[in-house]
Amino acid sequence: MKGNSYFSRKLHSLLGIIPLGGFILVHALTNYQAFERGPEGFANGVHTINSLPVLPVLEIFGIYLPLLFHGIYGLYVAYQSNSNTGRFKYGRNWAFTAQRITGVITFVFVFWHVYQTRIQVYLGNITHEELGSTMHTIASSPVMFVLYVIGVLSAVFHFSNGLWAFLVSWGITVGPRAQRISSYICMGVFVLVSALFILSLVAFSGDEFKEAANAALTWTNIG
Amino acid sequence: MAETTVASKTVKFIVSRQDTPESKPYTEEFEIPYRPNMNVISGLMEIQRNPVKADGSKTSPVCWESNCLEEVCGACSMVINGKPRQACSALVDQLEQPIRLEPMRTFPVVRDLVINRERMFNALKKVKAWIPIDGTYDLGPGPRMAETKRQWAYELSKCMTCGVCLESCPNVNDRNSFIGPAAISQVRLFNAHPTGEMNKEERLEALMTDGGIEGCGNSQNCVRSCPKGIPLTTSIAAMNRDTTKHLFKKWLTN
Ligand code: SF4
Ligand code: FES
Repeated sequence: MKGNSYFSRKLHSLLGIIPLGGFILVHALTNYQAFERGPEGFANGVHTINSLPVLPVLEIFGIYLPLLFHGIYGLYVAYQSNSNTGRFKYGRNWAFTAQRITGVITFVFVFWHVYQTRIQVYLGNITHEELGSTMHTIASSPVMFVLYVIGVLSAVFHFSNGLWAFLVSWGITVGPRAQRISSYICMGVFVLVSALFILSLVAFSGDEFKEAANAALTWTNIG
Repeated sequence: MAETTVASKTVKFIVSRQDTPESKPYTEEFEIPYRPNMNVISGLMEIQRNPVKADGSKTSPVCWESNCLEEVCGACSMVINGKPRQACSALVDQLEQPIRLEPMRTFPVVRDLVINRERMFNALKKVKAWIPIDGTYDLGPGPRMAETKRQWAYELSKCMTCGVCLESCPNVNDRNSFIGPAAISQVRLFNAHPTGEMNKEERLEALMTDGGIEGCGNSQNCVRSCPKGIPLTTSIAAMNRDTTKHLFKKWLTN
């Protein structure tokens, strides 16, 4: 098995961007519908995703398997690293440590979040149409809201900084100038995508989604 | 008069000591007379001459390594006030006191400040950081190197295998088999050489094995720490590019 760790690490880096990074972007934009167009917009977004062809295949090979590989191999990568930010207080070194910490936080957060939403749909406890109200229940609890903000910021930082590292690890940005400019772009991505997620969390906690939740509740009661 | 004032000025050192490779490290404090333009090595020489601790009790002389005394051999590398660097170019006048000396613990400590940097030489062997021209007959002159290339390649050739970049790297540790930045940059150097280039795949493949270039986590401490100003992160990214290309080429042509 010559070059196995080289291969695994390359795959780890690739999966972080394609498909996982792509998924984060789609997820951020779908959620943002909640802020821009309210419960109906969000429901439409969810509906669009659910009407994709071969959805289970997409989910398994496009999300679950890459996520598991990236997450578990990533934990191993984090375990293999020391943090020496005390001795070397450089921005990139902080980012190195932050990449590993946010990776672990994201790992926990994603499992928990998937359990609260997608798994509940699988279990039949809620329907896709009720995801908006599920998110309202979560986002209107102050503790959950803060935890979600931490989780979301970690995930988005991990993605944005990982994008920067991806460009280096694949030999796309080679010189210091290229790497500096790409770090500005990646910081921009971090701010933008974080804003999308946080605004949608704010929208989810709003009254509109409460009414939607009530409506859903009444609806189930009648049903 | 002037002499007494000079003689009363002292330099404080806190030195990490370790008697054997397995024993526990401990620290000892020394206070030695100041002389103008001292460097850390001359301080250590003074301690060797008169191995008396700051509290007046006798101790064994501190062990360290040094050769060139002009920052080209790398032998005297140690951690000075928290930063890995060469003791011979560390001027006492520019250091905050007490001056703390520790060995670079990324490497096995032999005694006191003496470390074993064998892993770096093994790394150079692993990536074949040389140009194979030995044979039974004269091969004649090799191809010429472009001057523009020579200029940046020369910078890479300044590496003295001192180990500072490995000491600063959070991924060089006993849980990780990462080869370290220095050897990766040497692959770039020897692959840039017109004759060395003829064996470039061998070196790239060495970087594509366990503990090779994939071990880099982009903390970029190495480039900030290298006393020779070698553009290590550029070398690593350039080798990332070459190994990636090599990977696809192999997939598509084999
Ligand atoms: S690259 Fe620089 S820091 Fe690393 S071993 Fe060579 S000279 Fe020392
Ligand atoms: S003695 Fe050679 S680098 Fe210091």
